[in-house]
Amino acid sequence: MSATTAHDTHHDDHAAPRGLMRWLTTTNHKDIGTLYLLFSLTMFFVGGSFALVIRAELFQPGLQIVNPHFFNQMTTMHALVMIFGAVMPAFVGLANWLIPMMVGAPDMALPRMNNWSFWIMPFAFTLLLSTLFMDGGGPAGGWTLYPPLSLQTGAAFPFVILSIHMMGVSSVMGAINVIATILNMRAPGMTLMRMPLFVWTWLITAYLLIAVMPVLAGAVTMLLTDKYFGTSFFNAAGGGDPVMFQHIFWFFGHPEVYIMILPAFGIVSQIIPTFARKPLFGYASMVYATASIAFLSFIVWAHHMFTVGMPLAGELFFMYATMLIAVPTGVKVFNWVATMWRGSMTFETPMLFAIAFVVLFTIGGFSGLMLAIAPADFQYQDTYFVVAHFHYVLVPGAIFSIMAAAYYWLPKWTGHRYDEKLGRLHFWCSAIGVNVLFFPQHFLGLAGMPRRIPDYALQFTEFNMISSVGAFMFGFSQLIFLYVVIKCIRGGEPAGDRVWEGAHGLEWTLSSPPPHHSFQTPPEIKEAEAHS
Amino acid sequence: MSASRRVAGACGRAALAGSLLWGTVAQAAFELNMTPGATAVSRDVYHLHMTIFWICVAIGVVVFGVMFWSIYHHRKSRGAVPAQFHESTAIEIAWTVVPVMILVGMAIPATRTLVAMEDTSNPDLTVKITGYQWKWRYEYLQDGVSFYSNLKTSAQQMHGEAPKGEHYLLEVDKPLVLPVGKKVRLLTTAADVIHSWWVPALAIKKDAIPGFINEVWTRIDTPGTYRGQCAELCGKDHGFMPIVIVALNDADYAKWLADTKASLAAEADSANRTWDRAELMKKGAEVYQTCAACHQANGEGLPGVFPPLVKGKPFSGSEEMLKPLRERGLLAADNTIAAVSVEQQAAVILKGIPGTAMAAFGPQLGDVEVAALLTYIRNSWGNDLGDVVQPAAIKALR
Amino acid sequence: MSTESTEPLATTAAANRRSVRRLLAVVVGMFGFGFLMVPFYDVICDITGLNGKTRNSVADAAPVRVDASRTVTVEFVASVNADAPWEFRPDVVRLDVHPGQFYQTHFYARNLQDRPLVAQAIPSVAPGLAATYFQKIECFCFNRQAFAAGEGREMPVTFRLDPALPADTRTVTLSYTLFRAEGQGG
Repeated sequence: MSATTAHDTHHDDHAAPRGLMRWLTTTNHKDIGTLYLLFSLTMFFVGGSFALVIRAELFQPGLQIVNPHFFNQMTTMHALVMIFGAVMPAFVGLANWLIPMMVGAPDMALPRMNNWSFWIMPFAFTLLLSTLFMDGGGPAGGWTLYPPLSLQTGAAFPFVILSIHMMGVSSVMGAINVIATILNMRAPGMTLMRMPLFVWTWLITAYLLIAVMPVLAGAVTMLLTDKYFGTSFFNAAGGGDPVMFQHIFWFFGHPEVYIMILPAFGIVSQIIPTFARKPLFGYASMVYATASIAFLSFIVWAHHMFTVGMPLAGELFFMYATMLIAVPTGVKVFNWVATMWRGSMTFETPMLFAIAFVVLFTIGGFSGLMLAIAPADFQYQDTYFVVAHFHYVLVPGAIFSIMAAAYYWLPKWTGHRYDEKLGRLHFWCSAIGVNVLFFPQHFLGLAGMPRRIPDYALQFTEFNMISSVGAFMFGFSQLIFLYVVIKCIRGGEPAGDRVWEGAHGLEWTLSSPPPHHSFQTPPEIKEAEAHS
Repeated sequence: MSASRRVAGACGRAALAGSLLWGTVAQAAFELNMTPGATAVSRDVYHLHMTIFWICVAIGVVVFGVMFWSIYHHRKSRGAVPAQFHESTAIEIAWTVVPVMILVGMAIPATRTLVAMEDTSNPDLTVKITGYQWKWRYEYLQDGVSFYSNLKTSAQQMHGEAPKGEHYLLEVDKPLVLPVGKKVRLLTTAADVIHSWWVPALAIKKDAIPGFINEVWTRIDTPGTYRGQCAELCGKDHGFMPIVIVALNDADYAKWLADTKASLAAEADSANRTWDRAELMKKGAEVYQTCAACHQANGEGLPGVFPPLVKGKPFSGSEEMLKPLRERGLLAADNTIAAVSVEQQAAVILKGIPGTAMAAFGPQLGDVEVAALLTYIRNSWGNDLGDVVQPAAIKALR
Repeated sequence: MSTESTEPLATTAAANRRSVRRLLAVVVGMFGFGFLMVPFYDVICDITGLNGKTRNSVADAAPVRVDASRTVTVEFVASVNADAPWEFRPDVVRLDVHPGQFYQTHFYARNLQDRPLVAQAIPSVAPGLAATYFQKIECFCFNRQAFAAGEGREMPVTFRLDPALPADTRTVTLSYTLFRAEGQGG
């Protein structure tokens, strides 16, 4: 019934365009959330296919499939597409769908800006991907764009910079929208400390985005003027310093890492209590831990560059500060385990992904702690150990949380239950695949294999083969996910409003799928309903 | 349903393939861990690494142990009834304070090792290391000896046309030779982009940054050969600029130094005699390995990036790339490679093309090498200019 | 829409506008901050020698006490950037100096190109922290150096080490890298 109501309301407000124009002109938070999520899924497959090119080339020693120059374009593009095209838009899509429903608002605070911030993305990525076909190929200097190497990029360079600017503008607009929605659109009684953790983590993420995306924009602008307008910010010949780029880049880059993981913390903090049928343990400490991590992210950047030759005092400072991050991160993991403790758990697909997240993210955290130790980092830096580390926090970390979120809220979004059997199959294939893929990379790095090389010495053969097998297993398992999502959109068992037995929170009080404007009349939140 | 079964089948087949593969490679040497290395510092780093690793394992066992115990016992299917507790100040303080103490415990040995690594005072020997796209150059500052160190592995091995040798990609023409038991100070810098000089056995990784100089030190305990690689992405052939160190005892080191000085002098001498065509072609093919990184083994370059060396071949690219080629007469008006004089071509090799990836090879290559290279290029892959270029002619052009 | 709900809606819209204004100010500020990091970095480097760069200007030549009891080895290193062909080397490779006393040494550079070239020498000191104690009153690196085709010449550098140089520093390396000066065509 509510679906009909939604439809009617829709027509009351505006003469809704149909077909393509509906999606081009939509200002509805759910439509835009859907667009973001579908865009992200597309980019996930694009970036994933780049990764498979890399792993296919590395299956055995020798140069088999691609030449080294193209290999470098693949590593660079894989990173840019996955970070800016897959992970970040997925979280923005989730924010769009969920934040208004979670805080009891009818829509996002700035619907029109919301539309723009999405529609910049397809153009930005068309531009970025088109550079692969330009003279001299796409960017091949790594996503970190270190000069002077990145300045050797051919005709693609200005287009890459422009596309990064566009992504930055989109992210910043998205972040402003999230903050405005959370600060101004909460229903009566929804105090800050009653907000669901997903909303909290996104609020902090949005502030991080606003603080660091402009810094990235500044850094890449300086690269552009260095290449074309004769400035020498990073050119030693003109009195600049290429290492300064690394400082500025990682001042953005480290908070960026947390931009990709804080919303994941929020998602997992929603899902575990639901399937443990028990309130989240340590709500307040979760909020403070998130804020501490965000704060620390601004003073640890130089741990990405221990080998550039910093004075001892600098290395010590950045080592200690980085080690400190383990404390709030540990608090989060302990809280999740305590939430499960003496719960009444069931293991539907979202919970499986959430548990895998806790375990595998923690493994990534351990290798992160090892990397923080500066003298040992001299051995780890720029090897496959680092590749294994950040993929553990980003794939079974960020991506698994996105998968968990998709399974958790798909029934709410579509009104249909997804195929649980296929969901579990997808989980097991992914969980096994991801470990076969990334765990051997720890060994490769420790044994001395540098990252970003298209060919390697013979002693690295075995683990590279295993890793490549894992990559194809993980990659093709994602087709199951695609199938489940399509199947769920097209039909299925009705989900009911409160999809999960243990689910609490405002979004579950709405119909499935929810009405066009989420909360026409703001709900009243009482103490008892909070923190669920 | 049928779809799910099909996918399950695919996953199963993948798993089976994986296990078969595991079987075939199980006999191979799986290198799992960091090397303890060949210096006191590298052993300290190794022990630090292992200490922190085991601390992480211990924490992991406890945390995951509790979690999986809970997952097993506190499940709905076993009739678990959810408790309703959701905070405990005491326990939350405990699991904040305890990790801090563990971290302090880790920081103490880490700091000690770091301080030792940074102490570059009182060296016995200083070697300057310069990174180039894509090779290293070593200069023994006190002894006036300097040479470039290039990858020795052939392109045929990379492309599967020859069996791969034991030290595939980790072998060079001239290794860095160091005396054992001496404190060696290494200065790193670069001539083009940022490189990073990494030898795991020494636990040294130091960025080589154009315009800046970094320092690091080592004292190798035992004679032997130690191998490493460039660790900072530096362009197309980043994976093909290995580092080989040969550590010798004092007497052997002194002999090596004397021999090297003598052979450098002999090389200068040989530039004065006349070489025949076959000699030059053979030497030229060896020298060309350096060029093949960009211009490819068949001289055809890479479209849009590295121009061909064969006359009549077309080349297109950005205007900033084509303009210097036209200025030097290397590119005809119809964007094909033009035949140029020996002098013109020698000038490009010796002096490079500023502002492009074509570096000046004058400082790196001797007269004989340039002469041989020119003879080789001008008489290969359909170039039939027939020249035999003599070292003396190159000497005159410098 | 009922009149009751219009009022809070209007205030929400106003609050949103205020949020957007404030957040945009932060965005603009952070963009500026990115550029501000450039001079900030230079100042930090100047004070701490973070990147081993010596001051590229004439140092204060006021006499200081010469510490004849202490000897520091200064090594001279010359590098050439791949952007242009030069011959470039120090006349002496190492010099034992007393902190506080002035010394002069020369570097030799030759333009290997058959056209005029302008060079800029970039100094760098290792260990980086010693850079702030390296005082130069004359240096070819202070200015661009123009060379005719094939021209070679000796170029002087006059320097002293500040006696405040930490006692555990016994070797200091002064490195120059020759770059093609900015703004010259290929």
